[in-house]
Amino acid sequence: MAITTETSKGMGNAVLRKEDAEFLTGQGRYVDDIKLPGMLHMAIVRSPHAHATIDSIDGSRARSIAGVVAVLAADDLEFAAGVPCASNPTGQVRQPERPQLAKGKVRHAGEPVAVVVAADRYAARDAADAVEVTYTPLPAAIGVEAAMAADAPLIHDDYPDNTCVVIKNVTDGVDEAFEKADVVVKQTIHNQRLVPCAIEPRGVVANWIDASDELTVYTSTQIPHFVRTFLAICCNVSEAKVRVIAPDVGGGFGSKLNCYAEEFIAAAVSHKLGAPIKWIEERTEAMTATIHGRAQDAHMELAATKDGKVLGMRAHYVQDCGSYLQLLTPTIAHLTLFMAPGAYDIQAVDITVTEVFTNTVPTDAYRGAGRPEATHAIERMMDILAMELGMSRTEVRRRNFITSFPYATATGLSYDSGDYPKTLDKLLELSDDKETFERRRGEARARGKLLGRGLSTYVEICGLAPSAVTHAIGLTPGGWETSTVRVHPTGKVTVITGTSPHGQGHATSWSQIVESELGIPFDDVEVISGDTAFAPYGLGTYGSRSLAVGGTAVYRAAGQVREKARLVAAHMLEASPDDLEYADGTFTVKGSPDKSKPIGEVAFRAWQGFDLPEGLDPGLDETVFHDPPNFTFPFGAHGCEVEIDAETGQIEIKDYIAVDDCGRVVNPMIVDGQVHGGVAQSIGQAVYEGAIYSDEGTLLNGSLVNYLVPSAGEIPHIETHRTETPSPSNPMGVKGIGEAGTIAATAAVVGAVCDALGVRDMDMPMQPERVWRAMREGGAA
Amino acid sequence: MKAVSISVNGVEHSTDVEPRTLLVHFLRERLNLTGTHVGCDTSNCGACTVWLDGNAVKSCTILAVQADGHEVTTIEGIADGGDMHPMQRAFHEQHGLQCGYCTPGMVMTAIKLLEANPQPTEAEIRAGLEGNLCRCTGYQNIVAAVTAAAEGVPA
Repeated sequence: MAITTETSKGMGNAVLRKEDAEFLTGQGRYVDDIKLPGMLHMAIVRSPHAHATIDSIDGSRARSIAGVVAVLAADDLEFAAGVPCASNPTGQVRQPERPQLAKGKVRHAGEPVAVVVAADRYAARDAADAVEVTYTPLPAAIGVEAAMAADAPLIHDDYPDNTCVVIKNVTDGVDEAFEKADVVVKQTIHNQRLVPCAIEPRGVVANWIDASDELTVYTSTQIPHFVRTFLAICCNVSEAKVRVIAPDVGGGFGSKLNCYAEEFIAAAVSHKLGAPIKWIEERTEAMTATIHGRAQDAHMELAATKDGKVLGMRAHYVQDCGSYLQLLTPTIAHLTLFMAPGAYDIQAVDITVTEVFTNTVPTDAYRGAGRPEATHAIERMMDILAMELGMSRTEVRRRNFITSFPYATATGLSYDSGDYPKTLDKLLELSDDKETFERRRGEARARGKLLGRGLSTYVEICGLAPSAVTHAIGLTPGGWETSTVRVHPTGKVTVITGTSPHGQGHATSWSQIVESELGIPFDDVEVISGDTAFAPYGLGTYGSRSLAVGGTAVYRAAGQVREKARLVAAHMLEASPDDLEYADGTFTVKGSPDKSKPIGEVAFRAWQGFDLPEGLDPGLDETVFHDPPNFTFPFGAHGCEVEIDAETGQIEIKDYIAVDDCGRVVNPMIVDGQVHGGVAQSIGQAVYEGAIYSDEGTLLNGSLVNYLVPSAGEIPHIETHRTETPSPSNPMGVKGIGEAGTIAATAAVVGAVCDALGVRDMDMPMQPERVWRAMREGGAA
Repeated sequence: MKAVSISVNGVEHSTDVEPRTLLVHFLRERLNLTGTHVGCDTSNCGACTVWLDGNAVKSCTILAVQADGHEVTTIEGIADGGDMHPMQRAFHEQHGLQCGYCTPGMVMTAIKLLEANPQPTEAEIRAGLEGNLCRCTGYQNIVAAVTAAAEGVPA
C-alpha cells in the first residue's frame, strides 16, 4: 500500500514523509515484533533497594516453574568489561566499575541482579518474581545534598566524598565585575529529575551463532554502531562478527543514546544457552532501568549595572549523576557549562560543575542534554534581574544580546551565526501589546483567573561535533558522520546513512537532499539506516546532529556522485566537463540542447564500465565521512501566556508562540513537528513531570499512573514561526531543530507563571499544589 | 488452557489460550498482528488500542478469553483493500506521526472519536485523545489529522 506523494521536491519543501505508510498500517517493525526460531524470553530480577549488599540469590523455586530454562546471576556470565562510559571531560572523572549484573552490592533500586530465561514471556516474568534474593540494606544517599553531606554513606568505596568530577571554567575579571556592579542577583534554580518515557520501552533480541561466533543484536537504540563496538569489547567477540540492527525505534529522546546492561546480558545469555534471547522492557521496569534526565541544581549569581548590562556571572551547577556513569553521564553538565551564558555577551564568568554520585538511577542525555538546564538557569536569571531593576524582561535581554558573529564565548565556543533581536522582534509582533494584555489581565482577574506572560530567548548547540572538540572535551568517539550515495544501473538511488532515526524523518529529508543535489527524484531514492551491516560506521542520532552532520555527509556524497557522473557524461557527449549543464537529472552541453544524457544513462554506462574517461573507476557510488568544522547554534524566542485558577492553582497554557531559527530548512513540516514535540516535552517538565524518590530510594511515581506524561488535553496549540540565518558551519547552512523546543520552553512557562503570581521564581513541576502554595506564600525565595 | 473463538479483522480464530493471556499478546504473539503495540503495563498509554465489537478498548486490559465470541479489529484491518482508511491518510497528510509507535492506537481511538462526535471542536478532540499518549508530536498534528478527517466526513 504505497502512499502517493504529491509532486515531490527538494530541499525547502514540506514534502510528506515516505516513512509513514508502514507505521499507519501496522507494518512497522520494532524490536518486540521480531521473532526468531527457538527464541527464548528473558526477564530481569532487579533490586528493590537503593543501597544494599546482596547476601544470597536462590533460583531454585524459579527453576521449578514450567518453561524456565535458566536462572543466571553475575557469576554465571562473563564480560571482558563493564557497562561503558565514554566521557571524561577533565581526564579526572571517577569512573566506577559498573558490572552488567550486580556483584555483591546494589547501588540503586532497579539495578539488575539476576536474569531468568524461559520459553515464553509469562513464564519468564513468573520466574523472575520467584527468584529469592536476600539483601542487607545500607543507608542510602538520595539527592545531591544527602550525598554531599559530611556523614553521607559511601556509594563507591574508592570515592570518599561521592564526587564524580569537578569541572571549572574561570575567566579573568569576575571579582572586579562583582565589585563594580550596581546590582547582584542570586538564585538557586532547580531542574528536577525527569524520566524520558519514549512510548516504546527498550528491547533487545540477541542471537549468537556459536559455530561461526557471529552475533546479531536487534536493539531499540539511537546508536547501533556504538552498541556494536561495545558489544565487541564487553563480550569479547570480533567487532567484524557483530551486527547490530536498530529496526524501527519508537522514540528515544536520548534515553536510547546509550549502551545498556541488558544489551550485553542478552548477548552473553544467547552465547551461553545457544538460543536467540528476547528481552522487552516493561514500562514500570523502564522507570528505573532506563536513564533519567536533568536532576541538576544551578546556584546562579549575576552582576549587572543599573542599566541592565550584565558584567559577570558566577554559576555552580551541581549534577546528580545517579549511582553509576552511563555512556555520556559526565558530559551532560559539561554541556550546561558551555552554554551557561546563553545568548548574552558575558565575558567574565566563574563556572563550576560538581557532579555527584547518589543511590538513584543514573542520569544521562535526555532531549536537550544539559542545554535545557543552562537555558532555564540563565533565562530565569535574566527575568530575576529585570524584576530587580524594574526593567522590562525584553529590554534587559536586548541590552545583553550578542550581536556580532562569529562570537567567542567565555566558555570556549564560537557561536557561528545569529540574529537574536530579530527572533525577539518577531515574537513581540505576534504577541499582544502591553496595553491589550493588561486589559485582558484585568478582565481575567475579575473572573478569578490570573494571567501571566513569559519568554525565553535561547541559543543552543547542535551539530555534534568536530572530532577535535570531542577529543578535547574527553569524549572517546569522534563527532563525524558517514553517508554513501549509490546510483544503481537503473538510475535509482540508495542512500546509506550513519544516522539512526527514530521519528525524525531522515528517509524523507535525505531524499530531498539527494533530489536537490543529484537531480534524481525523491521517489527514486531509498534510505537505509540503523544497520551496522550496511553503513561504514555511524555515530547515530542525538544532539540535533543528524541534519547538520549526517545530512551534510549525504549532501557531499550526492555532490561527489554528480561530479563523477559529469565526467562520464562529458566523455559520452565528447564535450568538456566544464561545458555541461546539469538540471532535472540531465547533463546538457551548453548551447546544444540536443546533446544531452540523462543521469540514468550515465549511471548505466558507469556500471557497464567500458569506455569511461581515462583513469576513472567504474560505478557511481560515493562515501563521505564528514567531520564538521564547528558546531551550529540555533536560537530563537519563545513566548507563552498562562491562565491560573486563583482558587485551585491549576495552570492552563493559553497561548504558546515559538519563533525559531534553525538555519536553512530542508522540510518545514518536519521542523514544525520537531518544535511541537520539543515544546510539549518541556511543558511536561515545567508543569507535570518529576521523578519523586523517597528518602530510602524508592521511586514513588514509578509508572505512567503517577508519572504524568502529558496527554493531548494538557498540551496547548503551539504556534510556530521562523527566521532563517544560515550556518556557515556546513554547505547547506542548516543548524538543527530536534531539541530547540525542549530547550526553550521551561523558562517561558515558568516566567509566565511568575508573572501571573508576581513571584521571583518557581520550582518545577508547577503542579497545582505548588502554585496554590506560591499564591499564599510567594513562590521560591 | 481455555478454548476461544475470536474473530479478528473478519477472520475467525479458534484456539486454546492460557486463561491469563492478555488480548494484546494473543494478537501480537499468536496471530502475529504486531501493529498493536504495548507501551505501558498500566493501561495509560493507549498504544494497544483495538476495537472490540466496534468499541475502542485497550487490549492490554482485556484477556483473550474475554474476547471469546466477539469481534476484534486491529490497525491491520481498517484499510479498504489497498486504500488506507481516511483517518490513516489524514495522519499522513497532517504529519500526525513521527516514530510511529503510538500511531496505530491513536488512529483506532481517533476513528471512534469521530464516530461518536463527527464534528468535534479542538477541545473535544484533545479530550477524546487523553487516553493515548504520544511523546513525539506534541499532539498538534494528531489533532490536525482528526480535524481534517472530520472535515472529510459528511456532517
